[in-house]
Amino acid sequence: MNTAQNTGDALLSLKNISLSFGGVKALTDISFDILKGEIRAIIGPNGAGKSSMLNVINGFYHPQQGEVWFNGSLRGPLKPHEIARQGIARTFQNIALFKGMSTLDNLMTGRITKMNTNIFWQAIWKGKAEKEELEHREKVEHIIDFLEIQAIRKTPVGRLPYGLQKRVELGRALAAESKLLLLDEPMAGMNVEEKEDMCRFVLDVHEEFGTTIALIEHDMGVVMDIADRVVVLDYGKKIGDGYPDDVRADQNVIDAYLGVSHD
Amino acid sequence: MFYRESGDFKSSYAADQQTFPIKFDRIAIYAFVAFLFLVVPFFINDYWEKSIILPVLVWSLAALGLNILTGYCGQVSLGTGGFMAVGAYASYKLTTSFPEMNMFLVIIMSGGITALVGIVFGLPSLRIKGFYLAVATLAAQFFLVWLFNKVPWFYNYSASGMITVPERTVFGVAVTGSNAPPWATYLFCLIFVVVFALIARNLTRGRLGRSWMAIRDMDIAAEIIGVAPLSAKLSAFAISSFYIGLSGALFFSIYLGAAEPTEAFGIDKSFLVLFMIIIGGLGSIFGSFIGAAFMFLLPVLFKNIMVGGFGWPTDMVQHLIFMLVGGLIMFFLIVEPHGLAQLWRVTKEKLRLWPFPH
Repeated sequence: MNTAQNTGDALLSLKNISLSFGGVKALTDISFDILKGEIRAIIGPNGAGKSSMLNVINGFYHPQQGEVWFNGSLRGPLKPHEIARQGIARTFQNIALFKGMSTLDNLMTGRITKMNTNIFWQAIWKGKAEKEELEHREKVEHIIDFLEIQAIRKTPVGRLPYGLQKRVELGRALAAESKLLLLDEPMAGMNVEEKEDMCRFVLDVHEEFGTTIALIEHDMGVVMDIADRVVVLDYGKKIGDGYPDDVRADQNVIDAYLGVSHD
Repeated sequence: MFYRESGDFKSSYAADQQTFPIKFDRIAIYAFVAFLFLVVPFFINDYWEKSIILPVLVWSLAALGLNILTGYCGQVSLGTGGFMAVGAYASYKLTTSFPEMNMFLVIIMSGGITALVGIVFGLPSLRIKGFYLAVATLAAQFFLVWLFNKVPWFYNYSASGMITVPERTVFGVAVTGSNAPPWATYLFCLIFVVVFALIARNLTRGRLGRSWMAIRDMDIAAEIIGVAPLSAKLSAFAISSFYIGLSGALFFSIYLGAAEPTEAFGIDKSFLVLFMIIIGGLGSIFGSFIGAAFMFLLPVLFKNIMVGGFGWPTDMVQHLIFMLVGGLIMFFLIVEPHGLAQLWRVTKEKLRLWPFPH
């Protein structure tokens, strides 16, 4: 594949991934890679296996076949929380925030892999635990500023409107300071204005923190605008992969989205 | 209204996240704790000690423990009575086997032993959730009580099958047995309650507390964010059982003095503590205290009014109290399903704007 335009090595490569649930084949023999520092979109019609793909990447599903290479090494069968520790964060299609906790606590939970004072220091609080808490609070406040959610810092997220919840969820994933950020339909259910905001945040994140991003999105306008490269899935198979313009012109992709006339 | 935060500016994150961010709150609570330590011991008598203050302290500690598990980590448990029994029997075995051991250490080690037992009975939580877990912890309740009834080693082969605490002193003052002065038993319990309430607050506001709440609110997302479900759930079970063990040990050795497992640590105690945290407020330290006080003091209050004030017959009053307390529980849950702590929070919000609500 021609990758000259991108910044270099693959951060994540998937090799011949196959995943099935009983007789249902969710993914069949899929290979693609995500380069360091790019925005990679995964698109496809409903039920194409996009979310399954993300679940494989962050270890929630274990594929029956295939290899996942992350950051230059072959990844074993790790649990999701171990994979989070390696530097993969994600948001969910249906918001999966901690509803009883405040925005601040949600974001602080995002940094949990980076906190490690033991239970005795935490019980005492003064000293190590407080120091660690304040250090991370500072980082989190930076993200709160960045996402412009200062006003809802202490509001329980269950009370926030949908668009803000999506933003908080992005914040929680950002707080992890991951190498790879997976966004599962970050703009689903938003109006044009909110979508524009979200696009701006995604691009800013990409520029400011240099995070590699993989996103699933149905809004083709958005995908074509912000993605560096696009991979297209349909019925669990890869039917297209390349730069947005090439993918848009690809006959297979057009057929998958618009249907083929059988005459 | 002087109860407000305007003008009380925070200029550092440390000041922003302190336990009592409002100055008035802070002063009031410090004054209250000082009152408990410095004034109450001089006036406490036998009635107040045995019928009101000690049980409230002990049940608060138990409610705090269950609130960590159920309120913060979302794991429902009906094993509280059984875990209290573990704490009680542990303190009994420790203090009879090592009579020289300091009573503070005995109680804390009893908590530690209960924590270990709690971890064992917490293992099913890794596979099952909600009501099913409640049933699994119910097994702990019945098994533990059965065990302490059946195995004579636990009650030192006494003929009655009961355990009776020997007299133990701390700094030369008896804290257990019938000779213990009320102020000594009171202070002994109060120290535990205040210290461990503070520790509970510290644990729940940091990394550990967030990992518990994350598991409670959305376990899959928690795992994907990097919370290890195994350690989060088991640490919640361990710490919750530690608190419940402490309260069981205090309940037996300081308050009851003698106990028999079926009577003192039955399933009704598990429900009582569960009701305390539901009424008080799940996931709230303050709620644990207010719930324990509500559930324990309300019957006492009604009894004093009806028997002492109106001179009604005791048996009728007993039944009336059941109905009244039941009715009040329903009333409060309808008015505020999130418990008294939430009611208090809402009141505070209102007070903040008073007298000009927008």
